[in-house]
Amino acid sequence: MTKMILDRRRFLARTGQAMLVFGASGTVMFTDAERSWAMALDRLDAPTAETLLRMCRALYPHDALGDMYYAVVVEALDSEAAGDPATATLISEGVGRLDAALGVPFAALSPGSQTEVLTLMQADPFFQKVRGAVVFHFYNNPLVWRHFGYEGASFEQGGYVWRGFQDAGWLIEPDAEASPPVAYGEGAQP
Amino acid sequence: MTTYDLSDDSVVVVIGSGAGGGTLANELAQKGIDVVLLEAGKEQSIESFVNDEWASFAQLAWLDPRTTSGTWRVARDFAGLPTWICKTVGGTTTHWAGASLRIREHEFKARTTYGEIAGATLLDWPLSLADLEPYYDKAEDKMGVTRTHGIPGLPGNNNFKVMWNGATRLGYQKVHTGRMAINSEPRHDRNACHQLGFCFQGCKMGAKWSTLYTEIPAAIDTGHCELRSQAFVLQIEHDASGKVTGVIYADADGNQQRQAARAVCVAGNSIESPRLLLNSASSMFPDGLANSSGEVGRNYMRHTTGSVYAAFGQPVHMYRGTIMAGIIQDEAENRPERGFAGGYELETLSLGVPFMAAFLDPGAWGASFTRKMDQYANMAGLWIVGEDMPQSSNAVTLHATMKDQHGLPVPNVHFDDHVNDIAMREHAFRQGRAVYEAAGATDIYEVPPYPSTHNLGTNRMSEKPADGVVNAFGQSHDIDNLFVSDGSVFTTGAAENPTLTIVALAIRQADYIAEQMGQGAI
Ligand SMILES: Cc1cc2nc3c(=O)[nH]c(=O)nc-3n(C[C@H](O)[C@H](O)[C@H](O)COP(=O)(O)OP(=O)(O)OC[C@H]3O[C@@H](n4cnc5c(N)ncnc54)[C@H](O)[C@@H]3O)c2cc1C
Ligand code: SF4
Repeated sequence: MTKMILDRRRFLARTGQAMLVFGASGTVMFTDAERSWAMALDRLDAPTAETLLRMCRALYPHDALGDMYYAVVVEALDSEAAGDPATATLISEGVGRLDAALGVPFAALSPGSQTEVLTLMQADPFFQKVRGAVVFHFYNNPLVWRHFGYEGASFEQGGYVWRGFQDAGWLIEPDAEASPPVAYGEGAQP
Repeated sequence: MTTYDLSDDSVVVVIGSGAGGGTLANELAQKGIDVVLLEAGKEQSIESFVNDEWASFAQLAWLDPRTTSGTWRVARDFAGLPTWICKTVGGTTTHWAGASLRIREHEFKARTTYGEIAGATLLDWPLSLADLEPYYDKAEDKMGVTRTHGIPGLPGNNNFKVMWNGATRLGYQKVHTGRMAINSEPRHDRNACHQLGFCFQGCKMGAKWSTLYTEIPAAIDTGHCELRSQAFVLQIEHDASGKVTGVIYADADGNQQRQAARAVCVAGNSIESPRLLLNSASSMFPDGLANSSGEVGRNYMRHTTGSVYAAFGQPVHMYRGTIMAGIIQDEAENRPERGFAGGYELETLSLGVPFMAAFLDPGAWGASFTRKMDQYANMAGLWIVGEDMPQSSNAVTLHATMKDQHGLPVPNVHFDDHVNDIAMREHAFRQGRAVYEAAGATDIYEVPPYPSTHNLGTNRMSEKPADGVVNAFGQSHDIDNLFVSDGSVFTTGAAENPTLTIVALAIRQADYIAEQMGQGAI
């Protein structure tokens, strides 16, 4: 059993491809080199979701971040589509245009060709919808923030006053007139 | 809390509880004048604020529909969101960063100093720095502005260190952690800043001055002020003599109420205040209240802004610590030889990853964008705050067809950059770049303006009634018991962040209202 998984991982790492497995209805299982995970879908079908996922990646490519982070965007679009037929139509027709652009499914295109197709579609409301969704949902994920070195909420940890707000040691220290010392002691209570 | 009857016509009604309205309500109440403070937004608290950019935006920002027009980039990038203003008790003093600078003497005399500039509707203010100095003093004390009244400056964070390194290498002299309405040490029963880095999200330490937890509770404590939140004023009413008599507002349940008033003070910020005056048109005042000059809504200013972000070979973590405690003031003077009138400040600014993605290059996508985002941890940032030119056609007007949830026409915000604004922005971008080059940046990015945070001028003060909406005390030229008490009264924009001046003017206005009431004039 273990062996099989290892082999499978090796295979996946080699091809760089994620495996798409159709799970129970409404769930799309992905298995990629790092981990397997599921995308819960209410409205979109699996091929549409997969194409959207490829589109999100092509729009905002961060090679170090796995597909699961982009899936958050697809899930958000899916729940919007579930509540709003116009959005559902916009997405299914938009994905149709993505696949039709070069006659080969978008998900099967090379990164260069994906960019080319997206460039041609920039004015499309579908493009703008998905682009806006990535900006809002992908970059708003605390797990993604770690990749960027952003630490999120700080109040619970007492802010940065004793946790590195001046720790950029590669810079010359400003004089005390320009930047006075912290005016209270470390024991000071919030 | 004292409560007042809807029919009590002895009260002064203040509309809006932000910098202007919150301060005015407190100053009046301290003098024993009864105030009903009507605020469209809900009440939050230091406890309910969240360290999360979008969640906080949803909690505090004004999100009612608005439209935009004009050649400014905001109309393209954020068509439905021309401004970044709050709808909550405390108004935009919940979101603001705390930079508190006095307007300079020559800026109060903009028309005289800069002369005639084609396309600009410059005027001198009907008051001077000397008139306002005592009130600036009171405002700085009230707000606890650092580097005034013996209050120490704030310690500089990493973002400031980068700025200081570049600026001093470039030869700039006036570089420090700014004058900030943020406690550097505990003061007036409020905490010191703990460098949370969420100044724009409501300060969870209460270290930053906001009317929410200073002026407003102090006003209520006097027993002379009633705060009604979720009270959205729809119209100001007047009698046959033209005096205002009260306001109609929608309460939390959407029911309309009428509050009688002895005087009405409008402090809804520079979009909603002119909108309310325009929406209050009557057969006697067909162009809207206080609008015999036709200037209500015009001369809209937003400061010449823009940001510069730069990436370095080493980590900066600019988001750690006070957002705006860092300033370069060497470019703030008027030096026409630079090719433009007026001056600008450069101030530190940082955004978290969520806002950075939305603002760094609005609309951009692809690998060139994500490469910039990948530099986030090593980035420093500053923004430009410069004087923009008032123009008659830059205006808040009522939309012809679109209505809000109360059935009132939504405001359209029109703005075209003046050529002076463009020349200044280009200069400031070049200088901002130079600062970061001097600090050793590997990449530098010019970032277009965000939705307007400084909204000014749409009910401007003027000496002559034909040139503006209100006099030097914010009293409308047309109607003696109608006042404007927010940033919309600015005659010109000046280079400084506006809130200290809004607060100083509100303190001064309270003295004047009390005096006028004492004399039975209103
Ligand atoms: C992110 C950010 C950072 C900023 N940083 C700084 C800074 O560092 N320094 C500085 O000087 N300034 C700063 N500002 C600007 C500052 O917040 C504003 O200048 C100031 O708050 C304006 O005061 P005001 O009284 O005009 O309006 P506001 O503070 O906006 O208050 C207006 C209030 O009126 C209410 N209102 C509007 N219409 C109605 C109605 N019809 N009925 C009832 N209530 C109504 C609104 O809900 C709101 O609460 C910043 C702003 C933002 C958004
Ligand atoms: S940095 Fe200071 S002012 Fe800003 S939110 Fe934190 S404690 Fe408040």
